[in-house]
Amino acid sequence: MTLAPQAPAAVSARGWGWRHASRKAWAVDGLDLEIDPGERVLLLGASGAGKSTVMHALAGVIGGDDEGEQKGELLVSGQRATSARGIAGLVLQDPDSQVILARVGDDVAFGCENLGVPRDEIWRRVAQSLDEVGLDLPLDHPTSALSGGQKQRLALAGVLAMRPGLILLDEPTANLDPEGVAEVRDAVARVAESTGATLVVIEHRVEVWRDIVDRVVVLAPGGGVLADGDPRSVLRDRGAELSASGVWIPEFPPRFTERRVPSSGGRLLDATGLGIARVRGSRIADGLDIGLDEGRAVAIVGPNGAGKSTLALTLAGLLRPDAGAVSATPALAGPLKSASPIAWRSKDLLTRIGTVFQDPEHQFLSSTVRDELSVGPRALELGVEEVDARVDELLERLRLDHLALANPFTLSGGEKRRLSVATVLATRPKLLVLDEPTFGQDSRTWSELVSLLAGLLDEGQSIVAVTHDADFVAALADDEVRLT
Amino acid sequence: MSILTPTAGPQAIYRINPVAKLATAFLLGFALILTIDWLSAATALVLESVLLVWAGLSARQFLLRTIPVWIAAPTAGFTTLLYGQPSGQTHVEFGLIHVTDGSISLAIATALRVLAIGLPAIVLFVTIDPTDLADGLAQVWHLPSRFVLGALAGLRLVGLFLDDWRSLELARRARGVGDRGRIRRLLSQAFALLVLSIRRGSKLATAMEARGFGGDTPRTWARESVFGWREIALIAIGGAIAAVAITVAVVFGTWNFIVG
Repeated sequence: MTLAPQAPAAVSARGWGWRHASRKAWAVDGLDLEIDPGERVLLLGASGAGKSTVMHALAGVIGGDDEGEQKGELLVSGQRATSARGIAGLVLQDPDSQVILARVGDDVAFGCENLGVPRDEIWRRVAQSLDEVGLDLPLDHPTSALSGGQKQRLALAGVLAMRPGLILLDEPTANLDPEGVAEVRDAVARVAESTGATLVVIEHRVEVWRDIVDRVVVLAPGGGVLADGDPRSVLRDRGAELSASGVWIPEFPPRFTERRVPSSGGRLLDATGLGIARVRGSRIADGLDIGLDEGRAVAIVGPNGAGKSTLALTLAGLLRPDAGAVSATPALAGPLKSASPIAWRSKDLLTRIGTVFQDPEHQFLSSTVRDELSVGPRALELGVEEVDARVDELLERLRLDHLALANPFTLSGGEKRRLSVATVLATRPKLLVLDEPTFGQDSRTWSELVSLLAGLLDEGQSIVAVTHDADFVAALADDEVRLT
Repeated sequence: MSILTPTAGPQAIYRINPVAKLATAFLLGFALILTIDWLSAATALVLESVLLVWAGLSARQFLLRTIPVWIAAPTAGFTTLLYGQPSGQTHVEFGLIHVTDGSISLAIATALRVLAIGLPAIVLFVTIDPTDLADGLAQVWHLPSRFVLGALAGLRLVGLFLDDWRSLELARRARGVGDRGRIRRLLSQAFALLVLSIRRGSKLATAMEARGFGGDTPRTWARESVFGWREIALIAIGGAIAAVAITVAVVFGTWNFIVG
């Protein structure tokens, strides 16, 4: 059973540019690009090169004249891309905000309904599309029960059911664990093969897509095309440059400062017979014994839903142990009466245990980067000069100085991650707890983070990190706690 | 969170169009707020209780879901008992509190009324699937599909907001500001949630637009929202209960028209 799409679409950009209504600079400028029907293109470029803008424009979701200004010409199948509907289908990065309806079948049907496809035909297409992406689930299966990889395949099925001539994937695997990445990649490969539709993918991780695409286009940050050709020659000629700008290329692994000495100081924290639960009473894991030492890094690994984040938050004194105990040694607790971090005041945690959340947006409290960094030091009631000194040092160290007055919510993904780490470092906690610190990051941010953490470990700080990232574990971890 | 987790089951009630359930609950409620007397409410309650057996809920589910009503009814009754309009013989008097013959009968009437309106409404509502309701509102009542589907998709985000709220709370403790005044913290947390929800909302809107939502093409519906004899029967039953209750009250002279 194959899905005959509408004819594969050609893409043609001539001197095309786009500027957001609120910005002075053009997000994309002077783009000239021709993509033939049925071609499979990987679109690369440093962050800020306007890749997503191009994708949104091709999908016709970039907004009207009130949201920005466009120049030149961008055509899909000979029609203006921004007003063409139903030719291009777009899958976005965040699995959670793409699920539209509560049941699997209804969600896939949604696009067809909007295109006015007759009812019988809709359900035929729903069944075919789910089959195509390998989602073997009942039509009334709740979408809330899907994993990240399944949600992305569901989004792909929803796009597929619309029978697009052009399939656009905007970092479809950036937020997935390795298993999810493989699921989605395989589904896309199958779909590309059977539909013959034109395919354009944006992704930082080249190795995921290089065997599926037949052309790589690199956008220049200022506008225009930097390199264009078959994957092998573009990656060979431009690999080093691309790698330096954040693209993951296996032949050019990111460089980082390695740890000097795997040293180990005294014990800071002990978990004994620990049972963990996000909500009291519904226990996820049990009988955990973990010891954290000064100057050592522990990686918490395991599949999604095994309770990795819950464990990290429990060790960090943010969630109450559901059984057993987490107890700090005098080396960590200092003069505090209780050895149990959950019993400490919020302020007492600052210099002892610092937590970096998976989603940086959850931990932002201020309207400028500078204020954000001074929240912790101010809560410690440090003097103005000391606060300023710490903030200035971190701004420089994490390359945020040019953004000191920007709103944290407007930063890019990599900048948000660096800021969230910096806010925690500002109070110099002895133990650092990180939840998926490298998730969705480009290789440049990755190597900066790893170098920074290696330096902290050398200085005797202790680190606990929840991660799916094998490279991260290899670079930093002394011990591994595997949840199943 | 009854609206997020509708119950499901094989009984006929689950196949009835949610629009008809809404109409029935409103019809009963409207008829019963026209008067405050014990007889009409008691009659309606007795007739309803026979039907609640077929409502598709187990005894446990029924009790769990209707707990608010079981608390609200005696509370409303007790308040009326103490502060209701005094008439007839006075039994207790203390400051503003008057327990009189009149307030006793008003209290009984009020408590019964809350049960008679609340129980069937909850039972009808918890068996409503939001998707089916949206289909019904758009196809049967012809409300604008953009509005109905936008609200339906937004409803799915409520679950994410609960997770967000929890993370925001933990993050504030981690950032050293968890000791601050509770009210101030809740306000700042609520504002942060608002910011997050707007961002989530706009991402969702983009995803919907990318699937052709909001275009000019007339929309088709993958699920047909049927309004047939079942639906008419349910509304008729609701109407009949209301009519019997009113008739009995009028015949036995307990009817007191509330607006009059």
